[in-house]
Amino acid sequence: MVAAETVHPDAGFAGLAWIVALLPFVSAALTLFLGRRSPGKGSIYGIAALAAGLVLSLGVLGHFARSGPTAESSLEWFRIGALRMELGQYVDGLTAVMLVVVTTVSLCVHVYSLGYMHGDKRFTWFYVVLSLFTGAMLNVVIANNLFQLLVGWEVMGVCSYLLIGHWWEEHANSSAAIKAFITTRVGDIPFLFGIFALVYATGVRTSNIPQITEMAAKGHISTGWLTVAALLLFGGTIGKSAQFPLHVWLPDAMAGPTPVSALIHAATMVAAGVYLVGRMFEVFLKADPWVLTFVSTIAAITMLIAALLAMIQDDIKRVLAYSTVSQLAYMVAGLSLGEAGYTAGLFHLFTHAFFKALLFLGAGSVIHAVHTNNMSEMGGLKRFMPVTFWTFAIGSASLAGIPPFAGFWSKDEIISTAFHQGKYALWAVAALTAIITAFYMMRAMLLTFYGAYRGHGSPHESSGVVTGPLIALAALSCVVGFLNATAFNISAFTDWVHIGAVEHEPFNYGFAALSVLGALLGLGAGYGLYARWRDREPLRALGPGYTLLEHKYYLDDAYWYGIVRPIRDTVSAAVYWTNQYILDGVVNGAAWLARRVAGGVNEFDRNVVDGAVNGVGRTAGFTGGLLRYVQSGNVQRYAAFLFTGVIIAAIVVTRI
Amino acid sequence: MTAQEWVFVVLAAIGALAAFRLVTTTNVVHGALYLVVTLAMVGGAYLLLAAEFVAWVQVLIYVGAIVILFLFGLMLTKAPIGRAALDNQQRGVAFVIGVLMLGGLVYLIQAAFPWDAGERIAPVAGSGSTGAVGESLFRGYVLPFEAVSFLLLAALIGAIVLSRKDDRPR
Amino acid sequence: MIRLPLALFFSAILFSAGVYGVLARRNAVLVLMSIELMLNAVNVNLVAFAQRLRDLNGQIFALFVIAVAAAEVGIGLAIVILIYRNRETINVDEVNLLKW
Repeated sequence: MVAAETVHPDAGFAGLAWIVALLPFVSAALTLFLGRRSPGKGSIYGIAALAAGLVLSLGVLGHFARSGPTAESSLEWFRIGALRMELGQYVDGLTAVMLVVVTTVSLCVHVYSLGYMHGDKRFTWFYVVLSLFTGAMLNVVIANNLFQLLVGWEVMGVCSYLLIGHWWEEHANSSAAIKAFITTRVGDIPFLFGIFALVYATGVRTSNIPQITEMAAKGHISTGWLTVAALLLFGGTIGKSAQFPLHVWLPDAMAGPTPVSALIHAATMVAAGVYLVGRMFEVFLKADPWVLTFVSTIAAITMLIAALLAMIQDDIKRVLAYSTVSQLAYMVAGLSLGEAGYTAGLFHLFTHAFFKALLFLGAGSVIHAVHTNNMSEMGGLKRFMPVTFWTFAIGSASLAGIPPFAGFWSKDEIISTAFHQGKYALWAVAALTAIITAFYMMRAMLLTFYGAYRGHGSPHESSGVVTGPLIALAALSCVVGFLNATAFNISAFTDWVHIGAVEHEPFNYGFAALSVLGALLGLGAGYGLYARWRDREPLRALGPGYTLLEHKYYLDDAYWYGIVRPIRDTVSAAVYWTNQYILDGVVNGAAWLARRVAGGVNEFDRNVVDGAVNGVGRTAGFTGGLLRYVQSGNVQRYAAFLFTGVIIAAIVVTRI
Repeated sequence: MTAQEWVFVVLAAIGALAAFRLVTTTNVVHGALYLVVTLAMVGGAYLLLAAEFVAWVQVLIYVGAIVILFLFGLMLTKAPIGRAALDNQQRGVAFVIGVLMLGGLVYLIQAAFPWDAGERIAPVAGSGSTGAVGESLFRGYVLPFEAVSFLLLAALIGAIVLSRKDDRPR
Repeated sequence: MIRLPLALFFSAILFSAGVYGVLARRNAVLVLMSIELMLNAVNVNLVAFAQRLRDLNGQIFALFVIAVAAAEVGIGLAIVILIYRNRETINVDEVNLLKW
């Protein structure tokens, strides 16, 4: 490996970002090998690594807060022609922000799992994969070239599979894990080809992200190639960030333990798709404009259908899952607005990570207490679990977009930017979705925490290791919104994460008021319908609409009967048949042939070779048997031979 | 052809005839007597060749002792009479071999000493006298002489041992 | 003045007769007699050459041959008698225990 240090001067803390990514890998290895015998059954390594990582990440963020320069450094692995395969880091404001998000949420989840996974028979393995996942995500965040990013991307996919299927003894869990993996894989293929397209478009000279984005910005790559690449890269986002039509895996992924849902399927892995778009934004900007239109279309569709589905779920985690899909669509929509929406989309990613993780962990606390996911068996938990209730309430308010919580600042920015960019269709959908979001969160709150307790257990507040992270995240949800509170002219986040010239849009109070109104409208509708529990779900009044939602628009069925079954029953069966009869047949045939040949050789050896040897013996015996007749016992006979020999010898000798 | 030659031829003829009769007679005792004749003729040949001592020893030992031995042997073993009793199955082969042998030898002799080459034995009187033989014997051949004595002793003892009746208790 | 080939022919005839007798006679004593014939033939040969070459060694050799022949006949007859005692026969071709 050749070290190629291209660290800008005064990189300071930013140059140390790679340590943050390395620490979880180290802790994963330590937990794997030493976990069982370590204190806390191995959890200590992960927590320690992430605590240190968090401190370092804050240091990196501070570097950018002081307007430090970006840093890049890498180690070269090998070269193919001019293409350099390297392992390196590219640290700018976006990287710093993502580092903080990932380490914070991961740390909270690690601590939370001490309580939630207590007594689980694969406790240590859980922490190993958790650390491994965190390391992979951090690797994606700091990667300076596309292939390294892809590696982290894929490792995250594997960890997601492992963690969703953590309780794989239940068939439903393992099926969900496979579904998640395969579905994201379907998105990863275009992503891979997108990478190839980009590398090829540079003349196979580089896969380095800053170099590619620079080339795209300066127009060294043709628009055609950029369009193709952007579309293909977005394929990866559709898969990983659960956008329509590959969103189907996220709700099923709730089969995994709740900490997993919080970390992976709320804050980090699903955000990686959005991060990818943000990272490669120059490619999207300089591609044909209809790419961004396409992106926003997908986002709009996803936003709405997911929110509608969230309305009718009984499983509290599924509500949050669909909500996540919907909010991810918000982020993608923000990014699809081009330069103006870049900061907004990524800011929403930042805030959403905190409050969604909070909501999931809160749901986990509830589930742990009542031993069921279904809200129809919950109710009135407010008095049993006050801390959980209040933190959940803060999270819900943030999600619904109530000021001064974090979600308001980020969501409002997206909606207003959509309006100001003239994308009225997108604006309308986003506004409608916001109302529905508020509605279903109110519904979830009421069904879970209010009314009479409809279950059979004895719920109680969770332990400190569970409520601690909840409180921490709730505090963050209150506060982080202010990093970009334009009303108070704070635009710290914009300073860190921006593209092109920094535009400080003035805060539009009218718009903000509209957003708040919409949120309150949703909350009120929810309250009106669910304040008193009714035996029959009120939304059933939607009739066939409800049935459509219940069957998730029949999308899952479409995939199953349209794609999975045909492939499984025909292609897979054919492949299996080929493998069993043709490939194995060749192998077996070779073995059969070898056996026959060996048999032939054996026969040859036995009959010919041994026969020859035995034949020699038999011939000798036969000859001896003939020769023995010479020994007649008659001395005179012998004498006759003797004299004959003498005569012959005499003749011979005298002749010679 | 000198007179000696004629005498030699006569002696040789009688000897040869007797030898021939010896190997073809059906009566063993006759055979022994034929042997006597042959041996005597050979002794006569020795005399003609001026080997007096050898002739004397020949007659003494062979004719005098060995033939007696043979006769005793014949007597003790009840020798049968008759052609079938005395000649075995390989008579033909033996005849062929004998003829071949004779032919070969004659040819060799003829090749080495042709009849007309003038190879002559001119016996010198006194060259085979007892004195001369004795002197040679006890001078140069003392060791073989002693060895033969041992040999005769061994033969004597052996003959006695062999022909003793086996009287060991069984 | 005897031509040498004469004596040699005499020797050859005696020898051949002896060979025939050894091979063709059944009685062991007769075989022994034939052997004596052969020995005598050799003696004649030796003495003839001794005189021809004026060398006494031939005659000495002949004397030794006679002595050994005597010993041999003694032992041979003893053996023949033993065989007769054990087998009631002295036909040489009936003594064939070494037959295959």
